[in-house]
Amino acid sequence: MDLKSVDKIVDKYEEKKTALISILHEIQDRYHHLPEEALRKVASRLQIDLNDLYGVATFYKSFSLTPKGEHAITLCLGTACHVRGGPKILREMTKLLGIQPGGTTKDSKFSLNVVNCLGVCAIGPVMFVDGKFYGEMNLVKAKRIIEKINKKRSGVKS
Amino acid sequence: MERKTVNVTIDGRSLDVEEGSTILQAARQFGIYIPTLCYMEHLSPYGGCRICLVEIGNNGGGKTFIDTSCTHQVREGMVVQTQSRKIIRARRMLAELLVASAPNVKLAQDIAARMGLTKVRFPMEDNRCILCGLCIRMCYEQMDGRALGFAGRGMGRRVSMPFEVRPETCRLCRGCDYVCPGVIVPCQGVKEPGELCGRCVRFEEMPKCCPTGTFGCFCDQNPL
Amino acid sequence: MRRIKSRSDLERWKEEILSKQKEYEVVVSVCGGTGCHAYGCKKVRDQFAKGIRKNGNGRRIRLKFTGCRGFCERGPIVTVQPMGIFYQKVREKDVPLILSETIEKGKVLEHLLYQDLVTNQKATSEKEIPFYQAQHRLVLGNNGLIEPTEIEDYVGIGGYGALAKAFFEMRPDQIIDEIKASGLRGRGGAGFPTGKKWEDCRNAPGDVKYVICNCDEGDPGAYMDRSLLEGNPHAVLEGMIIGAFAIGANRGFIYVRHEYPLACKNAEAAITQARRAGLLGKNVLGSGFDFDVEISKGGGAFVCGESTALIASIEGRVGEPRSKQIHTVTQGLWGKPTNLNNVETWANIPLIIDRGSEWFSSIGTEKSKGTKIFSLVGKVKNTGLVEVPMGITLKKIIFDIGGGPQNGKKIKAVQTGGPSGGCIPASLFDLPVDFDSLTGVGSMMGSGGMIVMDEGTCMVDVAKYFVHFLEEESCGKCLPCREGLKRMGEILDSITEGKGNEESLSLLEELAEVVADTSLCGLGKTAPNPVLSALRYFRSEFEDHIHQKRCPAAVCTPLMQYSISETDCIGCGACKKVCPTEAIEGERKQGHRILSELCSKCGSCKDVCKVNAVMVQ
Repeated sequence: MDLKSVDKIVDKYEEKKTALISILHEIQDRYHHLPEEALRKVASRLQIDLNDLYGVATFYKSFSLTPKGEHAITLCLGTACHVRGGPKILREMTKLLGIQPGGTTKDSKFSLNVVNCLGVCAIGPVMFVDGKFYGEMNLVKAKRIIEKINKKRSGVKS
Repeated sequence: MERKTVNVTIDGRSLDVEEGSTILQAARQFGIYIPTLCYMEHLSPYGGCRICLVEIGNNGGGKTFIDTSCTHQVREGMVVQTQSRKIIRARRMLAELLVASAPNVKLAQDIAARMGLTKVRFPMEDNRCILCGLCIRMCYEQMDGRALGFAGRGMGRRVSMPFEVRPETCRLCRGCDYVCPGVIVPCQGVKEPGELCGRCVRFEEMPKCCPTGTFGCFCDQNPL
Repeated sequence: MRRIKSRSDLERWKEEILSKQKEYEVVVSVCGGTGCHAYGCKKVRDQFAKGIRKNGNGRRIRLKFTGCRGFCERGPIVTVQPMGIFYQKVREKDVPLILSETIEKGKVLEHLLYQDLVTNQKATSEKEIPFYQAQHRLVLGNNGLIEPTEIEDYVGIGGYGALAKAFFEMRPDQIIDEIKASGLRGRGGAGFPTGKKWEDCRNAPGDVKYVICNCDEGDPGAYMDRSLLEGNPHAVLEGMIIGAFAIGANRGFIYVRHEYPLACKNAEAAITQARRAGLLGKNVLGSGFDFDVEISKGGGAFVCGESTALIASIEGRVGEPRSKQIHTVTQGLWGKPTNLNNVETWANIPLIIDRGSEWFSSIGTEKSKGTKIFSLVGKVKNTGLVEVPMGITLKKIIFDIGGGPQNGKKIKAVQTGGPSGGCIPASLFDLPVDFDSLTGVGSMMGSGGMIVMDEGTCMVDVAKYFVHFLEEESCGKCLPCREGLKRMGEILDSITEGKGNEESLSLLEELAEVVADTSLCGLGKTAPNPVLSALRYFRSEFEDHIHQKRCPAAVCTPLMQYSISETDCIGCGACKKVCPTEAIEGERKQGHRILSELCSKCGSCKDVCKVNAVMVQ
């Protein structure tokens, strides 16, 4: 496995322990998860005990040790979104994609995450897909977003 | 050599204890009983099980601070209560929670029995690990195996090895087994789910779990 | 960009900026807060940029992409100065018209103005809008005047002037006295007197000290810190430098949760610019004081908002809190004295130094001074960020500023303080908002989330929601929080499923008290608050669930009964088609019936029924 990018990321943050979480984020962005070899390299370069690093990698919710899908769909279940019907949308998404929160579709296309607040509460319920925020979600809009992504992937003009 | 001491009051008794010791150490020195679960002498204190909680107040009046005696250092003039109403209530509920989670860990049953618990009002589970962290501290501090650590968070917290694979630094010394409350002397008196044993604590019948034939909660088999 | 080496340098720079700004005839500000991004504000801004460039108006018209303006319900927001026109819900297609009519001809576009839903009156400027009228936007108001990634905008409104005053007119102990006199209390939740915290940290033994800005804002429903850090990062930086100077710290950290990418980006940009301008690094502003800041990111853990867990996270360890036997001001980051404050607290500092503690303490109540930013969200008409003086009543916030209930349903309660706070029933809405009054009724100020709930909200469901949230976010170290919350969640689950009994409530209360007394950190200690306050004010709802197996707000699905009204049903069969469990029977043009044993209570039939014949109770 090519670990040159891991070295580059660690270099960028000057091997600082205070940047550990930022380093792990960049590795996760690059590989869609935290591969074991990458973590071992980070532990040795940052001089962190491997148990501690494994603890950190499994403690924070934004990290995954198993490969995630290409399109990460994050649903907000914060209080404001909850009160505006967030759980209903979650039920619909699990039905549509056939996976539970934290899971990934078999073809590695989509993974579904649930987050406890994205900080965009005024326009809840909120969904965060591929770097974009979508507010005032309802079942129809949610379906449309998935369809749009599917169409884009198969090269069909939407 | 003269060691510096501070004066503290525990359960109304005025004691001179060595500076830098914890409340638990001071209490044990003078024979005052505070139950513990995740504490072991010669390993660093953890403060995770909260069983050894005591109520710490200022000299008369004012708010009290509840903290684990195994981690809290003594200070001059400290006033400590180990059996106040709040503490007893808290300890009972903690024992109940503990037994509901791990009824087959004899130590959990012992503590529950000592607190006078007779029934558990929560649905019972059967965990063998009580997440006390003794194995981890043993591995790091005494045996230098550096093989165990906590992974996950909240209810998913578990003791694990990095990437679930035994690392090369582990020498199979079995130190972790030795200190684990869930491994040593499992209670063999529990027949029904929800039942609390405690027979050895109440001196009712010779416990089957102890091979030396004594009411042994502090015998050699149990370094805790 | 030039390097500022002295106070007079700074003043000269400000003069230059102001005279440059005078050259512009018109200033168009497009709100670039994350909320407005979700509504497409970037496209609006790009359209403006294109339009201005096309007509060669780059010198006449200044386009600002500002931070959050607070009125998130009506985004994207565009304001035009000097006319003072406030446009809301602006779309990409509206831009050419704004350029040609409003900016060129000074004509107001009626359809983009705010229109009050009750009085039908239109408002041309921000001052006329009820949402803004009762507010006192001392801290958040500046968001509308600056582009967060332009340090010159900040300097132009007087930015870093307070820093200059602190360096050259005051001594560190005088600064601390001033903050103490102002009565500022921490805006992160606990409300500890900031001046005292600074003093304790300054007096702690040691040469190496740190200051930290807590932007972990994990409370669901609260996003004030995000908007502050996104929209005005320099104000936060200025506050931190002043604080570091007063305490004697040379390094600072801003801990931002990674769910806030724009806040991270803008903070990084601000730090880079400040460094280039000589406002961070060695010999800040020529004062001889060295100070630098770096950003540390969070990984997705609510518990990392707690100060000891946050510090552990910065150190590269898991976010496990430790006992506050020794406070962080004595031993914090790497064992050194550390002063940790919330974003909003830091942002208030330049104001206090600039205008004085006497002015600051004239706002607010006796024990809670100044203003507070709240995120008013939930079942209320005008959702968004509001900044009000302490002491204003809840009623004023929810009804005058918030515009009252959505959908005509009666407002039942408001939840403050997030998962550490509690709900306050409508009967107590005359309560003045300040730290002590909220704690007095069983809730807490918290970081400022204010979630409005109406008749359609089930208070048992809300309590359940919070307990499950905390269960997931618990670090798992201590027994009461880890196991206790799980068991509380189980009891609440059983109540919402109709399986509760009378003992459930007393067991719940007993558990709640023990978890609060014995937990290691603030998360566990305050975890029972939502449950206890819900029991205190809405016990009847719990009892309905237990004794009558009924959910008055019709939220708890297992307790709901779906049926079709015989008189309204037209027999179209639409419901039968969508029912996933084939629980509806009936012939065409004849009344349909729901078989309750098969009904999964998904609500699809109700969604498709055109004549509203499906009833839920």
